[in-house]
Amino acid sequence: MAAAAQAEPLATRKLKLMICDDSNIIRRKIERELKIDRLQVISTASNGRLAVEAFRKEPADVVTMDITMPEMDGIECVEKLVGIKPDVLILIISALSDKATAIEALKRGANGFLCKPFTDKQLTDALEELLRGAQT
Amino acid sequence: MMTKVELETFVEGTTHYFETAANQPASVGSPYLVNEGKPTVQEFTGLISIAGKRRGIVYFTASRPMLTVMLMRMGETELTQENMCDLVGEVANTISGNARRDFGKDFMISVPQVVAGDPEKVQTPDNTRSFVIPINWRSHSAQLVVCLE
Repeated sequence: MAAAAQAEPLATRKLKLMICDDSNIIRRKIERELKIDRLQVISTASNGRLAVEAFRKEPADVVTMDITMPEMDGIECVEKLVGIKPDVLILIISALSDKATAIEALKRGANGFLCKPFTDKQLTDALEELLRGAQT
Repeated sequence: MMTKVELETFVEGTTHYFETAANQPASVGSPYLVNEGKPTVQEFTGLISIAGKRRGIVYFTASRPMLTVMLMRMGETELTQENMCDLVGEVANTISGNARRDFGKDFMISVPQVVAGDPEKVQTPDNTRSFVIPINWRSHSAQLVVCLE
């Protein structure tokens, strides 16, 4: 059964989502406004260290990741998650809007970048683009 | 001392925040320099320490009624003290982080520190004057205070 699920194409199968942000209201907003049916939230984390712990227990297919967080920031966390599961899709959602930060995050293994503040539509569009990118 | 162009970065960031996150534009006034005493501190304050290319603090301060309405406008149903603390920190963090578009990556921001109900704990550097950016949103007023060397 598990093998069959693995063989199913990314375009159609259910995907596990982890949300990592030190703001509770942002975590809840992402969860609440998620409009993509096949994304299912399996875990949330308030810093990079907790995200790595949760990811080791149950790896997600898709991760939304803040950058500025206590204990372990999002850039370091991205690198660790990619080390555990190289094909994980990571969308950075951060207020840090300089190009250098975006480039650094992408270099470490992130797949997309959404700048805070964001609307519900921008969140959906960014996640859909992330999933489309993974299918090509 | 900050330049007019630098202050404009924070005015634009504040305007953008309310339009996008709070789903309703705010009237953001012209920044003014605090000549005497300390800048305004309301019931909830989110502070960001700035290091690197510039040093100082940026804080957003607002009342409980304003934060309650902001949370509601954002679709949040848990109108708790914790979420109000979270919100002031997130506003300060977002506006400061957005400022890196103009200031660059060496404008290093801390994680938010939140002060609730104790204005004496909000300290600005002694040797640097603060600018206040007044924010009027619905019937409420808040302030973004920028104090950078």
